[in-house]
Amino acid sequence: MHREISPGNPNPNPNPNSPMPGFCYFLHALARIQQDVAPQRSPGKKGRRIRRAAYASMAVAAAPRRMAWSRALLRRLRRRSASPRRKTITVTRKKTRTERQEDELRRLVPGGRRMDLCSLLEETGDYLQCLAAQVSLMQWVARSISE
Amino acid sequence: MSSAWTGRARATDDDIKELVAKLQSLLPEARRRSSGRTSAAKLLKETCSYIKSLQREVDDLSDRLSDLISAMDDNSAQAEIIRSLLS
Repeated sequence: MHREISPGNPNPNPNPNSPMPGFCYFLHALARIQQDVAPQRSPGKKGRRIRRAAYASMAVAAAPRRMAWSRALLRRLRRRSASPRRKTITVTRKKTRTERQEDELRRLVPGGRRMDLCSLLEETGDYLQCLAAQVSLMQWVARSISE
Repeated sequence: MSSAWTGRARATDDDIKELVAKLQSLLPEARRRSSGRTSAAKLLKETCSYIKSLQREVDDLSDRLSDLISAMDDNSAQAEIIRSLLS
């Protein structure tokens, strides 16, 4: 696989660990979805499958770097049914603004709840880059198809 | 900025500062507060907002790709993949 097969370097901050494995994974997943001739039950179904493929390909691309968010995301994707989350009510002192923002970040980053603060910040940086790269990839595919 | 996380282990303050600075550098230009000192809360807020907007883009692009590939026939899907892998 040659490095020239990059989607025209759409990412302004090119990730040195370029998302090559994720790139192929995503394209193959797209082809499988496209070839699925089963009648679509609802219009949003293909879109949801593509979305799942997008997150899977991100996680696959990050796997070599052993990122915790990648493992958490793959676990989440493999769970067939959505297991109901335990709703634990804990009474805490009023949180600072920073702590509330930190809580929100933990909800947004896969696996964020379990991480210590340092890891969370590190993982967030990597997750951000992967998300941005995935968006660039999907934009590139959309452009290629529509031409 | 270290006081924003009152009660956390002090030993990693420098690590946190470094990671926060790195996080800031990963935000796109428009989201970076160019005014030197940014509060931790603002940076986290921008980061959360950026993540959410990227996730929304993934959703929108998924729908768009769904429409695009529905319009393709079998041959062109294969051709598109082969073309992109070999070009």
